Amino acid sequence: MAGDLIPWSGSAPPDDDAPRTIVAPVAAGDKVFRGVLRAAGIAVLVITGLILLFLLVRGLSALKGVGLAFFSTRSWFIGTNKFGIASLLPNTVIIAVIALLIAIPAAIAAALFISEYAPHSLRRALIAMIDLMAAIPSIILALWGVQFFEGRIIGFSSWLARHFGFIPFLRVKLNGSSLPSNFTSSPLIAGMVVSLLVIPVIASLSRQVFSQAPQAEREGAYALGATRWGMVRTVVLPFGRAGVIGATMLGLGRALGETIVVLFIITPVFTTNGHVAASGGNSIAAWVAGQFREAGPKGVSALMAAGLVLFAIALVVNVLGSIVINRSRSGAATAAD
Amino acid sequence: MTTAVTPDTATTGPEGPTPAEVTPPERRVRIRQVTREGALTLAGAAGGALGLVWVLYERVLPFTGALGFWVSWYVAFLLLYAAMAGLQWDPLAVRDRVAWVALGAAGLLSCAAVFDVVGYVLYRGWLAVRHVNFFTDSMAFAGPLSPLTKGGALHAMIGSLEQIGLATLFAVPLGVAAALFMAEVGGSWARPVRTVVTAMTALPDVIAGLFIFALAILTLGMQQSGLAASLALAVTMMPIVARASEVVIRIVPGTLREASYALGASQWRTAWNVILPTARAGLATAIVLAMARGIGETAPVLLTAGFTKELNLNPVHGPQVSLPLYIFNYAHTEAVNQNIVERAFGAGFTLAVVVLVLFTAARLLGGRTPGELTRRQRRRITREAAGG
Repeated sequence: MAGDLIPWSGSAPPDDDAPRTIVAPVAAGDKVFRGVLRAAGIAVLVITGLILLFLLVRGLSALKGVGLAFFSTRSWFIGTNKFGIASLLPNTVIIAVIALLIAIPAAIAAALFISEYAPHSLRRALIAMIDLMAAIPSIILALWGVQFFEGRIIGFSSWLARHFGFIPFLRVKLNGSSLPSNFTSSPLIAGMVVSLLVIPVIASLSRQVFSQAPQAEREGAYALGATRWGMVRTVVLPFGRAGVIGATMLGLGRALGETIVVLFIITPVFTTNGHVAASGGNSIAAWVAGQFREAGPKGVSALMAAGLVLFAIALVVNVLGSIVINRSRSGAATAAD
Repeated sequence: MTTAVTPDTATTGPEGPTPAEVTPPERRVRIRQVTREGALTLAGAAGGALGLVWVLYERVLPFTGALGFWVSWYVAFLLLYAAMAGLQWDPLAVRDRVAWVALGAAGLLSCAAVFDVVGYVLYRGWLAVRHVNFFTDSMAFAGPLSPLTKGGALHAMIGSLEQIGLATLFAVPLGVAAALFMAEVGGSWARPVRTVVTAMTALPDVIAGLFIFALAILTLGMQQSGLAASLALAVTMMPIVARASEVVIRIVPGTLREASYALGASQWRTAWNVILPTARAGLATAIVLAMARGIGETAPVLLTAGFTKELNLNPVHGPQVSLPLYIFNYAHTEAVNQNIVERAFGAGFTLAVVVLVLFTAARLLGGRTPGELTRRQRRRITREAAGG
């Protein structure tokens, strides 16, 4: 009956309209579960931090002897404390730039073909082919590069040097005759093989970006009378621009860190080799891997310092690339992949 | 369907109103069609370019060699095709078709590059691999001058197996747990963890080797061993597993999760019984892809595993060789004659076959979306619904 009201015995007046926080009690098993997962997430951060820490601590002991001259010395003599990355770093960048110059057009063209032009039946096979290219271990590419590709491509690089030698970076100083050894271990050849490693990185990411172009805009272009190429040029490419830039930065990170291919092909020199068709070049990763065997404790510290620089550069490039991709219209739709 | 012209609206010409138009038969318009003209233009341009370059090549143009020939052929082919298309169709269509051909070449070239690399390694490696002793001996009793009938890569294969097994054991639980953390627990820590994982996937592998060298060997005093190498491999593999698993776990439909919670399951029960089984195919793909990557890593192993010519079954004690290290040593460090390089190619053959097998397994495993049933499961369900 309406009159039998149970008296309110709470401390607050019953019509006090205050918000209350709703707390879902977590069961004990779930507390443990979430704790374990949180520990795993923190462990990932800790591992990255440890990498930075260890490289820093071990590398600093070498840097103490050399100081800031580490960034301006061009040689690597551990005993006399004259070592630095002033020539390692530009040589690394030269090889990475050559690889990117070849890889970017090839990868974008392949990605456009797969996402826009290929018949539907071929699409899965072509995507699998690009993924297979990404899965090839770099040591197999290095084997192929040094045993097969190097011999075959010398003709091309000597042709370039002979006929385009007026462009300064293609000129090759020939000591006496034009021996093949003037051309075999050049940054050009290393860059061409590294580009085979970079192409799948850029192509698979670009393909995902291009396939996210909105269908409405595509159909609008067709409705206005555009051909397929016109639609690609006006809708797909501008949409995917930021995603492609991000993919390029990820490819750059990959090219900067490539060790084995460069180690196999290049003969290490310590001058900044601007003549890309001539033998001689270097890269930080290849130098570290190559020198490691014979390095004493001080040498290992110096190599760790060089590795730290490489790690910092690769980290910056990759994080920038991820940020560019995630903030773009095309990348945000490509669910963090 | 055109309507007949009524006499009221018919135009009146000088002879009077025109009779009702005869409607032409309806013809289906195909948007993209391989016409006879299109195919013949393509073939004609290709053949014409071949003939042209054949005649002009070494006599007129200053290039030599096979590469130059095919590059010149391709340029001539594009020019001829553009010219022939220009004679038949309007400029807009010509640009479209030339773009189609140019992009198609890029797609074909990438396929050709993959086949070339893998094919060459398989071809050169066959010389060493066809001897059975390649799979049963180590290099303990063979040297650079030994013929290919002595010595082998057994120690490298066992070493690879042990190292990748240990690395998977370390990397997969950590990676899947991190992925579950990012997808399920979330919170303010999820975004930095995700950024770090993405950055770590692109870590240069030398750095992983340097890190484990500094941590395990210099600081903790371990020897250069298979265990140290597997730790370095785990550091490389873990971000790949974490990122790929996170994508797969996020795709699991939210309705499944909510149904599980509605039935009263706790979060860990939901994860264990609903989410992980649903994402099983994708997780398997992620793990297999990480293994395929880890098995081919050379730089981290180079710094942490040492080198030996003998079979070492103990990953904790003493240097242990793996396939990439074997290749590196005999194709680069000790590449004194062609014989020893053939052994390196044999190991490359094995490595390429293993990576291809793992890659195919990953494609087969990962083909289904979560929740999609295999043919066998569908048959079982229909059988149970019908009879049993």
